[in-house]
Amino acid sequence: MEGIDGRALILACSAIGAGLAMIAGIGPGIGQGYAAGKATEAVARQPEAQSDITRTLLLGDAVAETTGIYGLVVAMILLFANPLITRYLSLLGQ
Amino acid sequence: MEGLDFSNKYVLPVHIGGEEFYITQSIISTWIVMLVLIILALVVRFYISRFKAIPKGFQNVIELIVEVVNSFTISTMGERNKRFASFYGSVFLFILFSNLWGLLGMRPPTSDLSTTFAMALMTFLMVQYYGIKTGGIKNYLKGFLDPLPFLLPLNVIGELANPVSLSFRLFGNIVGGVIIMGLIYAALPGLLQIGIPAVLHVYFDVFSGVLQAFIFVMLSMIFVSGAIQE
Repeated sequence: MEGIDGRALILACSAIGAGLAMIAGIGPGIGQGYAAGKATEAVARQPEAQSDITRTLLLGDAVAETTGIYGLVVAMILLFANPLITRYLSLLGQ
Repeated sequence: MEGLDFSNKYVLPVHIGGEEFYITQSIISTWIVMLVLIILALVVRFYISRFKAIPKGFQNVIELIVEVVNSFTISTMGERNKRFASFYGSVFLFILFSNLWGLLGMRPPTSDLSTTFAMALMTFLMVQYYGIKTGGIKNYLKGFLDPLPFLLPLNVIGELANPVSLSFRLFGNIVGGVIIMGLIYAALPGLLQIGIPAVLHVYFDVFSGVLQAFIFVMLSMIFVSGAIQE
């Protein structure tokens, strides 16, 4: 590791970490797809209830999306407001 | 890295009592959105005396908006709570205009966590207020011990997680769109920037923006009407 600045290493690892955090996107993808599939079945069975089904679907999708959004927030903190660099600098200062 | 800076840029420093605050891009966007909405409201107020029994043109649009908001509030919160329609109508219009602001190439106010968290905090306080008001403080506190007393920490965390997830959902969706659009603008050379991003703007700004405004208002309505006990 000679010749690598500690800050550069932190930045590189943060970029990898941000990419890994976005793996959280798989969960909502599967969940929303499953919900949409079920909603399609429900509309096919009962077309007159379409507006109710659509509303329930959107609500369920919004809740299912939460974990994915948390992943996105972690990734954005690592990329744009990285707390580890200041931590590293303050550790060096001691 | 010039085109890849997605932070909320400072525009003007303001000094209040020795502390230095900054007016950011999103604050200026918020003011413009507020101005547009206020002017719209004043125009409607001005024309309201000229409204006729048979609507035409402009009046049709306004009546449509009011009617949709009213019927949506009644179907989500029940007939008894239809007085919330005016509040949620305003919140919906504000979030909608904010989300669509990205189309004009400016930073949407909702891409700032302060904006979305303030609105989510409003919902949170309304939930607590109506929970205490309609159920009494005793029932309200007892609600945290349901269904079993040792679940108290979980209930408290669950209650506190509501505004966080509500604000991060709107914030994350909008700021995700801003970042992806910024990356695409940075990646496309020169003339290709005309046309191709427009398709993505339709998805990230129009579709996602309208949907998230709708979802924010709907979740907020469900939380508040859940707190109002029959």
